[in-house]
Amino acid sequence: MMGEPLDVRDLHVTAITPNGDEIDIVKQVSFSLTQGEVLALIGESGSGKTTIALSLLGYARRGCRISGGSIRLGESSILDLPPAALRDLRGHRVSYIAQSAAASFNPAKCLMEQVIEGALRHGVMSRRDAEAKAVELFRELALPDPEGIGSRYPHQVSGGQLQRLMAAMALITDPALVILDEPTTALDVTTQIEVLRAFKRVVRERGTTAIYVSHDLAVVAQMADRVLVLNGGEIQEQGDIDQILDRPSHPYTKSLLEAARPEERLTPPTLERQGELLRIDDWQVGYGQRDAQGIPAKVVLDDISLCLERGQALGVIGESGSGKSTLAMAVAGLTAHSRGEVVFNGQELSTTLRGRTPDQFRRIQMVFQSADNALNPAHNVERILTRPLRTYFKLDEEERRRRVRELMDLVKLPHSLLSRRPGELSGGQKQRVNLARALAAKPDLLLCDEVTSALDTVVGAAILELLVELRSKLGVSLLFISHDISTVRALCDDVMVLYKGQCVESGDCASVIASPQHPYTQKLIGSVPELRRGWLESRPSFASLEQDCVA
Amino acid sequence: MNNSIFKIVLGRLSSGVSTLLIVSLVIFAITSLLPGDAAQQILGQFATPEQVAALRIQLGLDQPAPLRYLSWLGGLLSGDLGQSVSNAMPVSELMAGRLPNSLLLAGITTVIAVPIALLLGIASAMCRDRFLDRILNVCTLSMVAVPEFLVATLAVLIFAVHLGWLPALSYVSTVEGIGDFIRIYAMPVLTLCAVLVAQMARMTRAAIINQLDSPYIEMARLKGIGPLRRVLNHALPNALGPIANAVALSLSYLLGGVIIVETIFNYPGIAGLMVDAVANRDLALVQACAMLFCTAYLVLVLIADLCAILSNPRLRHQ
Repeated sequence: MMGEPLDVRDLHVTAITPNGDEIDIVKQVSFSLTQGEVLALIGESGSGKTTIALSLLGYARRGCRISGGSIRLGESSILDLPPAALRDLRGHRVSYIAQSAAASFNPAKCLMEQVIEGALRHGVMSRRDAEAKAVELFRELALPDPEGIGSRYPHQVSGGQLQRLMAAMALITDPALVILDEPTTALDVTTQIEVLRAFKRVVRERGTTAIYVSHDLAVVAQMADRVLVLNGGEIQEQGDIDQILDRPSHPYTKSLLEAARPEERLTPPTLERQGELLRIDDWQVGYGQRDAQGIPAKVVLDDISLCLERGQALGVIGESGSGKSTLAMAVAGLTAHSRGEVVFNGQELSTTLRGRTPDQFRRIQMVFQSADNALNPAHNVERILTRPLRTYFKLDEEERRRRVRELMDLVKLPHSLLSRRPGELSGGQKQRVNLARALAAKPDLLLCDEVTSALDTVVGAAILELLVELRSKLGVSLLFISHDISTVRALCDDVMVLYKGQCVESGDCASVIASPQHPYTQKLIGSVPELRRGWLESRPSFASLEQDCVA
Repeated sequence: MNNSIFKIVLGRLSSGVSTLLIVSLVIFAITSLLPGDAAQQILGQFATPEQVAALRIQLGLDQPAPLRYLSWLGGLLSGDLGQSVSNAMPVSELMAGRLPNSLLLAGITTVIAVPIALLLGIASAMCRDRFLDRILNVCTLSMVAVPEFLVATLAVLIFAVHLGWLPALSYVSTVEGIGDFIRIYAMPVLTLCAVLVAQMARMTRAAIINQLDSPYIEMARLKGIGPLRRVLNHALPNALGPIANAVALSLSYLLGGVIIVETIFNYPGIAGLMVDAVANRDLALVQACAMLFCTAYLVLVLIADLCAILSNPRLRHQ
């Protein structure tokens, strides 16, 4: 089957709120695609891009319904199909690749069974043909051990492999339309590039019409012919990829493009360094039982040495599993180091929380990635901010109130939010409260663990801007952990690259990023998609460094 | 793979055995705290203190508690459950007379209740928030809420008194032929099923709905898989662990917890034996029954754990 043209007219999707009101979450969306064209849906969370993508399968999630419009794929009008015909369409003529492959595979069934299930249920081919075709697709998608991987279970393969297996599952029936919903968002950049390459090849070779949903413009630039920019369920702008990237006309598109290049707007403040704050020598950190030499069963970090001066910001980059979060946990005292020493403020720090003084606690504060989990949902903002003030300072009621309001000003939140609970705040506001909570202790060192990762690009960029400002205003030192090199470049003076628990390269941020020395750093930096067409094709394959081994 | 399952099972077994040991200690301690002892019970109210003391020595009741515990435990392990004082029979013989009845009742109830409960739970989950689900919800909730003596009494009133179809009492000894068997067991089983089905169906529904909300079910739906296959082939294997646990908890009630049903239908089961033993201060019998119920419970939970492990490839292929 070849790709078929798609035409969407006046699509409306309605959601029913808990108190029974109906609101349109997708309004008057129209677009059309010729056969074999790839359209990207771009927008932030809540922009309706996934809702639109799902409605192309005639599907709306619980609490939503497709309330108007028409969707034509080739000869058929998807929204008018009876349930049985719709079932026959899904996973046959239209197929879907979801964001989280790890959650989208049934943990109790082996992979081959799930990959070919659709083809078998739709009676497209026999089991033997389906299995042979699946193996062929596995090979085409550059999966290791194409013959054997199908008999494994989802938990036995890595995230990048699962994502490619899901692509095989989607493509096995040679669909006319493929919908890719943020298929690489959950992956490390080094894995993402290989997966993108595989996706692009199989989609192009088959001439499949495709919808690519993403919030990442740089990724979209590699994959799409055309772009649809969405906000609040409405189309903001629609056009060729080149036009959107080079000559965006809508202000919203411009703000998205700007947020995607934080390092072009933001530069780390130049601060006078005032002596050493934190020094780590020859560290080893791990989990589990320690053996006779005191080496833990699972060593996460080894041979780590670093020096952080007052006011300095050190970025720590690496992919998931590189041990970067463990570094923050060990500095905070949540995980004990098994070798080496750490000197903070001229004093040796205890390996565990118990051995630390209240003043040391105050001086080192952690900002967690997920404000949702870090803030107590039952407390209002005022209470959340008052808590560290009570713990660390002897203030009277009046001073405490004043200090809480100062903190709100510092993170640029209106005082009216003080009575709200975290559940009533937006993602960006929650992260600001999270930051204010850490700043309440007047720390010397802030440990920021992926603080912008869970946020939309524009919101994340604003938080980054705030951090740059706080650095110059407060002179606080930062250990900034991120997988995103552009945020590190925008905020940090120095950078340290972690790979499998080892520091492979460190130094001045600008020079390391401009001319990385270690092959891994080169691979990591070279894998970050650039905001231009043809970047993917211009990258050499890093297959020789492929670390995507069996989990 | 088999090796790791073996290891897990071995771990569960050993923790089960140690739990039983603790339980035996607790049972022994509690029964020792009860006022009066076997000697007093045998001799009756009018015995002189000297007579009681003499019998105590004869029965070994004058020994310190730890020693008595050890000798009781030793007896348990070698199959000697002691002597029932009020019945003047070995405890094991008494229990052997009642246990098959209880097991039969429990077995029949299980065979009927579990499939019905699974069916209702799955149907309810598939039609979530629709008419059938609401009706089933109301039914199961009221079944859980209504005390079983009421169900049993109503059943007797309707089927035995008004319609005269079934005998009001279950004389197991008079069973002749399959028709008789069904008539005798119909009402006790019906009563027990009423409560158990409701409990298990609710747990099954919750476990399945939990899975139906997960992304892989949405994925299956977007692959064009029909609702029945989604539930049976995709959700059910992942819900087996919690369902097996719910079933085990419900079934463990079938040995010790059926006293009301046994009493109303005059059914000679093991729960009634234990209640009589408590009333008669027949401590050896009480202890033996309590140990039996705990063992049954632990075995059921162990089986449920095994189901959960075998249905989960993460644990299966460690």
